[in-house]
Amino acid sequence: MTHAMQFDLAKLSVREINQFLHHQLSGSGVDRIEILHPDGNHSIAVGMDADVAVDILGHAGYFIAGMNKRASVTVHGNVGWSVAENIMSGLVRVKGHASESAAASGHGGLVVIEGDASSRCGISMKGCDIVVGGSVGHFSAFMAQAGTLVVCGDAGPNLGDSLYEATIYVRGKIHSLGADAREEELQAADIERVSHLLAAAEIDCDASQFKRIASARSLYHWNADAHQEY
Amino acid sequence: MCGIVGLLVKREDFRERLGQLVTPMLDCMGTRGPDSAGLAVFHEPLESAQRRFGLFTAQVGFDWQAFHTDFTSSTGCEGSLRCVASHASKVSSIAVNDFKIWLKRAYPAVHLISVGRAIEMYKDEGHPGEIAERFHFRELQGTHAVGHTRMATESAVSPAHAHPYTAGEDFCLVHNGSLSNPFSIRRKLERRGITFETDNDTEAGCRFLEWRMREGDTLEQAIETSFSELDGFFTFLMATADRMVLVRDAFACKPAVAAETDDYVAVSSEFRALAHLPDIQSANVFEPAPEQIYSWTL
Repeated sequence: MTHAMQFDLAKLSVREINQFLHHQLSGSGVDRIEILHPDGNHSIAVGMDADVAVDILGHAGYFIAGMNKRASVTVHGNVGWSVAENIMSGLVRVKGHASESAAASGHGGLVVIEGDASSRCGISMKGCDIVVGGSVGHFSAFMAQAGTLVVCGDAGPNLGDSLYEATIYVRGKIHSLGADAREEELQAADIERVSHLLAAAEIDCDASQFKRIASARSLYHWNADAHQEY
Repeated sequence: MCGIVGLLVKREDFRERLGQLVTPMLDCMGTRGPDSAGLAVFHEPLESAQRRFGLFTAQVGFDWQAFHTDFTSSTGCEGSLRCVASHASKVSSIAVNDFKIWLKRAYPAVHLISVGRAIEMYKDEGHPGEIAERFHFRELQGTHAVGHTRMATESAVSPAHAHPYTAGEDFCLVHNGSLSNPFSIRRKLERRGITFETDNDTEAGCRFLEWRMREGDTLEQAIETSFSELDGFFTFLMATADRMVLVRDAFACKPAVAAETDDYVAVSSEFRALAHLPDIQSANVFEPAPEQIYSWTL
C-alpha cells in the first residue's frame, strides 16, 4: 500500500527535508514523497538511498538528487546546474529543462531530461545512462568514461571531447565533434540499446534514426609528435 | 561568484511596483554576492534638455542641501535634488560637460556615477538586503531595472567597485564573471582619451561597449566585437533607456536564467530570485544560450 508524505519548502528548509530523507525515511513505510514549492532551492533530495518515489513539484535549483541511490526522483519543472550529479543508481527525471552539467560523473542509474539539457551534459559520466528528449549544449559528454548519452534533439559544439568508453547517440544535428570523438556506423546492437533506453525513459522516438558517436581512442596514448595539435 | 538581476515590466501598472518586485530578487542573490550591491532603475525619459545626474560621496553626513544651493547660485541653473544617504539624484538642464567641470572644481569628493534622461542609480558596500533598505529600493518606480550583488575576486571592495557600471548616457552594465584582459582594453581606450574611475575589469568591458557605440556601432555590433576583444568569462546584463540586453560568453560558465510572461521579462543568475514574481509558474523560463544576444525593448 502506498504511504505518501508531503513537505512544503515554503515552511521547511531543504536541510530539514533532507535530514528526514536520510535519517527517518528508512523503516517509516513511506514510499512516496511530494515536495511542494521548491522555488529554485538547491540540493533538494541529495544523497537519497531508499526505494522511494520523490516528486518535486515546480522549478528547482542546483544539485537536485545528487548522488542518488535507488530512489526515483521526478522534478515537475526545470532544474539548475548539476542535477543528478554523481548518480549511483535509480532514476532521476526532469520534466522541464536542465541547466549545465546534468548527470555529471554519474556512475549508474538513469537520468531523463524531457526538455533540453544545457552545456556539459554527462561530463565525465562513469556508467550512468542519460536520455535527453531535447537538445544538449556544448562540451556534452566531455571526458565521458562509461555509460550512454542519448540525445533526441541536436548537440552543441565539441560533443564528446576527449571521450573514453561512453557511447553517444544523437538523432538531430551535431554542431561539431570534440577531439577524438568520431561517428561510427549504427549497428543492430546500437538500435537495441537505444530502443531499450528510450522505452525506459518513456520517450517516443525511432531508434534507427540516431547517429552513433564513440571515441577514436587516438588520445589514449600520449603522442609527443602531435605538438598538442588535436 | 556575483549575482545579477534584471526586470523589465511590460504592464503599465507594474511600473509603480518595480521596486517591490526587483528588491527581493536582489536580496535573494545576496548569497552570491554579499559584499556590495547596486541597482540602476530606468524611468520615462526626461525632456530632451534635462539630465538626471547620479551622485555619490563617501563623506559621512554630507550636506546635500548646501550642495544643491551652491549649485544653483554658482551655475545659475535651476534643478531639483533628491538625496538618500550617500547618494543624490539631481535633475537639471545644465550641459553634461559643464556639470562635470563644476563638480570636479567645487566638490571633488562627490562622484558622478550615472548620467542620462532615464537612469537613476545606487551602489554601495554592504549586504544587498541592507543596501536595498538604505536606499529604499522597494519604493522605486520605473520601466526596468538591473542590479548586481558582488563577491569581489579581482579588485577592491568599495562603492566605486560595485556594479552597475555606467559609461556615456543611459547605459549601464552588470557582470558576473571575470575578464582576463581588462588592462589591455583599458590601455587601448585610454589612448583614445577615455578615462577610468577604477581598476575594475567590468569597467573596462562597460567602457569598451560604450566606446564602440559612440563610434557608430549598434549595441549588438559592439557586443559582437566584444566576443573577439574581451577575453574571459562573462554574463553581461545591460540596460539602455528603452532596452534590457543579456549576453553570455562562448563557454557560458556563469549562469543566467530568464523568465518571460506577457507582463514582464526577468533575468537572474538563479531561478530562486524569480520564484516570487507574479504568475511565475506559467512564465517561459529558459537558459540563455552562449554568444546569443537577448534584447527586450519596452
